[in-house]
Amino acid sequence: MIEIRLHSRGGQGGVTAAKMLAYAAFLDGKEATATPMYGAERRGAAVVSYIRIDENPIRVYSQVRNPDLVIVLDRSVMETVNVLDGIKPDGKVLINSATPLELEGHETFNIDLTAIALSLEMKLAGNPILNTSLLGALAKYGLVSRESVRKVIAETFKDERNVTAAMQAFEELKI
Amino acid sequence: MLTVGTGNKAIASAVRDAKPAVVAAYPITPQTEIVEEIANYVSTGALKSRYIPVESEHSSMAACLGAAATGVRTFTATSSHGLVYMCEMLHMVAGARLPIVMANANRSIGPGWNINAEHTDSLSMRDTGWLQCYVASAQEAYDTTLMAFRIAEHNDVLLPVMVNLDGFLLTHSIQPLRTVEVGDFLPPISLPHAIDMDNPGGYGTLTTGDVHFKFRWDMERAMRDSVHVIEETQKAFAEAFGREYGMTEDYRTEDAEVIIIALGTMGKEMEVAVDQLRDEGVKAGSMRIRWLRPFPVLDLAGRDVVVIDRDYSFGYGGIVAGEIRAKTGTEVFSVIAGIGGQEVTYNDIATFVRDRRPGGELWFGVEDS
Amino acid sequence: MAQIPDEEYLCKTTTACAGCPSSLCLRYVTKAAGHDTVFVIPACCSSVIQGVFPTTAFNFPVYNVAFASAAAVASGMSEAFREMGKETNVICYAGDGGTVDIGIQALSGALERGTDFLYICYDNEAYSNTGMQRSGSTPLGARTTTTPAGKPDFKKDIDAIVAAHNPVYQATACVSYPQDLFNKVQKALTIPGPKFMHVLAPCPPGWRFGSDETIEMGRRAVKSGMWVLWERANGEFAVTGASKAAMKKRIPVAEYIAGQGRFSTITEEQIKELQQQVDMAMEKFQKEMDGIC
Repeated sequence: MIEIRLHSRGGQGGVTAAKMLAYAAFLDGKEATATPMYGAERRGAAVVSYIRIDENPIRVYSQVRNPDLVIVLDRSVMETVNVLDGIKPDGKVLINSATPLELEGHETFNIDLTAIALSLEMKLAGNPILNTSLLGALAKYGLVSRESVRKVIAETFKDERNVTAAMQAFEELKI
Repeated sequence: MLTVGTGNKAIASAVRDAKPAVVAAYPITPQTEIVEEIANYVSTGALKSRYIPVESEHSSMAACLGAAATGVRTFTATSSHGLVYMCEMLHMVAGARLPIVMANANRSIGPGWNINAEHTDSLSMRDTGWLQCYVASAQEAYDTTLMAFRIAEHNDVLLPVMVNLDGFLLTHSIQPLRTVEVGDFLPPISLPHAIDMDNPGGYGTLTTGDVHFKFRWDMERAMRDSVHVIEETQKAFAEAFGREYGMTEDYRTEDAEVIIIALGTMGKEMEVAVDQLRDEGVKAGSMRIRWLRPFPVLDLAGRDVVVIDRDYSFGYGGIVAGEIRAKTGTEVFSVIAGIGGQEVTYNDIATFVRDRRPGGELWFGVEDS
Repeated sequence: MAQIPDEEYLCKTTTACAGCPSSLCLRYVTKAAGHDTVFVIPACCSSVIQGVFPTTAFNFPVYNVAFASAAAVASGMSEAFREMGKETNVICYAGDGGTVDIGIQALSGALERGTDFLYICYDNEAYSNTGMQRSGSTPLGARTTTTPAGKPDFKKDIDAIVAAHNPVYQATACVSYPQDLFNKVQKALTIPGPKFMHVLAPCPPGWRFGSDETIEMGRRAVKSGMWVLWERANGEFAVTGASKAAMKKRIPVAEYIAGQGRFSTITEEQIKELQQQVDMAMEKFQKEMDGIC
């Protein structure tokens, strides 16, 4: 089982990203659950989603304490949240970042999802749409197949730029 | 159809597929997605139904009563405060023998305002005459809601059914979901005592002491008969759609020396504890109680029993533990865990088993309990 | 012009959304009410923005109560204080859901019994705390999560319902006009008996406008006549503040509607109906001012 923790801010589509990731895993023939953690839910607040992907049905409902992968959609949450909390010793990190960031002791993958979104002029309520490009990056990372990502995005969004953004992120992420 | 959905979405999808004629709706966290999704279905025509956005939960059950009395299929959903706010109406619709189906998102009751999973809400309503089922996955939420209509509307039952799902843990958890073509599995409702303009009569008029108990006995008989209806419905569901359900979900219980019992999502997570304990050489097994009303027959003879209650009855003890003790005579080890959404992991559950004291009670997180 | 005191009762750590009108309203209400006040708050946004135990962002006494019960709780509390010879203000601070829908029974009873309290309803025209579902106070044509195609029914006129109970003081206010709001709360609290205030609270996430446009949206509501500032104290009625000008000259309702995403499905017909309603209401207010009723 792979356990993932996704850090974002309310309004950035982090919850939708978690949902799409679970769906893509499901289309790949795997089992998956995604649970957003709700605190004081409002625009701009730091939020966390947990995703689990496994071959077998997932029976765990408690929080992901020891993630194999930490995803940071908005670097600014790191100012107030310890995103590495509990991460497995060999756990990895994927960060949406314009400038490469290396985190102590953990292999870090940087990708500028914001730039991809802005290059395609993809914005919602003033925020760049990051979740679809994130899916592409996660396919490159190897969590889900590229085909399933394409399918899920096409099903979820009418605007074709979302698939473009995902495929662009897939190409750009260096593994 | 293959899709993903939250526990809430699963319930709403089942309601869409069951086609109730009337849905009464009042929002309360963490059930809101159910009433919002249904509003969308009605708005887009995916569900042809009258949607009544009532002004309170007492009214949502009252509106369901009014609709159901005419003989149509109805549905509503609520949680915690909303459930206990409609308490009077819960008694009324059961006594009126109306086959209403309601989803309840299990959530703690204030004060303080804690909106997380806890079972005290529905368990405190266990005396109302409603059938109660507790689900532990989005798929089970969907399947059980469909079955609930068929069970409720069966001539041998004619009692309302409450489908319970853990607040946030399941209501908001996105999981795989397979919806079905319902077809003949859910025949149209045919309520024998629906209001009939050709045969007018008074419903719920005054009853005296030599008659009232007979109405209540009828309800109890229906509760007892509901066991075979539930079993037959679950069997028919398995035949039609390939997924099997029992009164309980038993895991590695055949040769178990200690059995863990819980409701809802903890009842799924405890299976991981069972596997862990088995690896340590402990012959553990688990029973997730699905149907609490009618109370199931439990085979616990000769085993240690650990009951985890995500609830409490003050001055008495864990509600589920108390019922099991009374019904089976077993000296259970009662653990109170998960109140107000307190985190309980499979590691914690394994510890409850290792540290069990038959006849004792442990409040998880309280030093000297 | 009454002086607004400097002392703040709301700490800067509320968990409110950016641009929240309710916390703005409460800021002025608390300044007007002063120290000797207990707030009774039913389930609503204000329950949540106090923050999580063990701290609170509200530096004044608050009793958090069940959704349907605010006015009944206030009733008991007020009777108890008065029995003890105390003049402590009892103020209900509730959203529209807890006032107009589930709370209406308790409100009606408390008013009818002549309870000495002030009930303030901050109206963001939906069940905002639970994610923007419709309430009885949602206006015609507004999209909410339970009226995805726009609400087909009119906004419930809670002011008329309350007025039928003959409270000693009744007023409307809008967070965009804090001095007017402050004055009214202060005045209300000098009059013993049942008092009711209805405050418009334009909600950025619910009404779908930018979190920096709250004040402007409230101003447009008043300038269009979709919200009228008035006061009725011991039977004497007066339109107040910017509504005085709006009685004679107002911006079209369509202009108010245009800035809000929640009206994206409103029809021309519905806008006409709203405009008509506004015009009729203004006529009625004019007549009441002129003493012709």
